[in-house]
Parts: sequence; structure tokens; C-alpha cells
Amino acid sequence: MQAENVAFGIIAAAMCVAAIRVVTTKNIVHAALYLVVVLGGVGMNFILLGAEFTAVTQLIVYIGAVVVLFLFGIFLTRAPIGRSADLDNDQRWLALLTSVMLLGVLVFVLEDAFGNDKLVIEQPQTSAEVGNSIFQTFVIPFEVVSVLLLAALIGAIVIARRD
Amino acid sequence: MYLNQFLFLAAFLFCVGVYGVLARKNGVLVLMSIELILNAVNINLVAFGAFRDTVAGQVFALFVIAIAAAEVGVGLAIVLLIYRNRHSIDLSEIDAMRG
Repeated sequence: MQAENVAFGIIAAAMCVAAIRVVTTKNIVHAALYLVVVLGGVGMNFILLGAEFTAVTQLIVYIGAVVVLFLFGIFLTRAPIGRSADLDNDQRWLALLTSVMLLGVLVFVLEDAFGNDKLVIEQPQTSAEVGNSIFQTFVIPFEVVSVLLLAALIGAIVIARRD
Repeated sequence: MYLNQFLFLAAFLFCVGVYGVLARKNGVLVLMSIELILNAVNINLVAFGAFRDTVAGQVFALFVIAIAAAEVGVGLAIVLLIYRNRHSIDLSEIDAMRG
């Protein structure tokens, strides 16, 4: 049990630092690379929670595809590769106030509701269970998601096409 | 392990993402902050799934991942179109629909 907590502490600290750097760094490419740290940390949290299939999917889809898509977006919009001064708008302090207050409310509510609920993971949830659940209980949402992905794919091509 | 440690981490990521959406000016950086928010939600879904010992949390997290991928694709296409029309993706300059 102790090893899990140590691992969680290290991963969570790295994720928090990297997440703050994503929203504060002056360099757009560095923001994308810090995002990789956060997304990898989320995948490791999934492994700690015994969700192996979701962890692998997280690594493949996010780090393999989404971050590459972001880097393409950065290069295609010809963003400055080095530091650039004006990435934040003038409502930064208001935004900071909003998010700190939101964090305060969330922490208070979560502590109140789940203050001493222990999480005991006896065995990981296997990929077979996930597959059975998707194709039995959630088969209609699954089909809807696949149609939505197709629509988004065609929509993205239509929007970004030169004509 | 406590359930709360995952929920607190997710809450922190969510708030950082909210700050990024509100404070960033660059369209690509705003999309990155939205990814932070969606990942916070995924941690919550999987943590509650493990807490209740059901795979439904994982299934919904997978749906969220799929929809996030679609959202990034469409979002970057829109940002690209804005860049092509205005030669800038500064979101504070896009005020054509302001009343």
C-alpha cells in the first residue's frame, strides 16, 4: 500500500508542476511538451487505479495523436518557436481569482463528501471486462461515438480545406 | 490510498485548465487547456469506477477520450481557418460578433 502512495505523490507533484507550466509558459512548443508530462501522468494514475486498458489508450491517443496534432497546429499557424511575450490577455488576475475560488469550493465539497473513503483495489479491471461492457451494455453509445468521430473527421477536412 | 487524493488532483487540474482557458490569448493554448479539463474529468470517472468496482467508469473515460480527439481535430481546423483569414490566432482580436 505504501509504494502506491509514494508513486502517487511523485506523479501528482510532477503533474501539478507541468500543468501550471502549460498555462504559464511563454513558449508555445514548451507548453505542448509540458502537456505530454501531464497526459503521461494521467495515464500512470489510471494504472494506479487498475484501469490498464484506459491507461494504454490514454498513452496511444493523447501522446501519440493529440500532442502531434497540437504540434502540427503550432507549426501551421507559424507561431514563434522561441519565447513570445503576449500569450496572456489582460484578464489574467481575474482568471486566477476565479480558478482559485473554484478550487477552494471543489476541495471543500470533496472533503465533505468523500473525506475518509478508502480506495481498495484488489484486482485490476481487465481489458476483457471493459470489452464486454462496451459491446453489451454500452453498444449503442459506442456506435453513436463512432458516427460522431466520422462526422468530426469529415467536418475537420471540410473546414480546413483550401478551395 | 484514499479516493480523495485522486479527486483533489483532478480538481487541481480542472482549475488550472479553467485558468488557461480564461487567461490565454493564443487559440492553440486554449485548446491545450481544454485538454487539461477533459483529463481531469477522466481521472474522476476512472477513480469512481475503481471505487464502486465497476467498469462503467473506464468505458465513459474511453468515450471522453474519443470525443476529445474529435474535438481537437475540429478545434484545430477552426484555429487554422481563423489564421488563414486573419493571419493571427489572437483570440482577443476576434470580436466581429461583439454587439
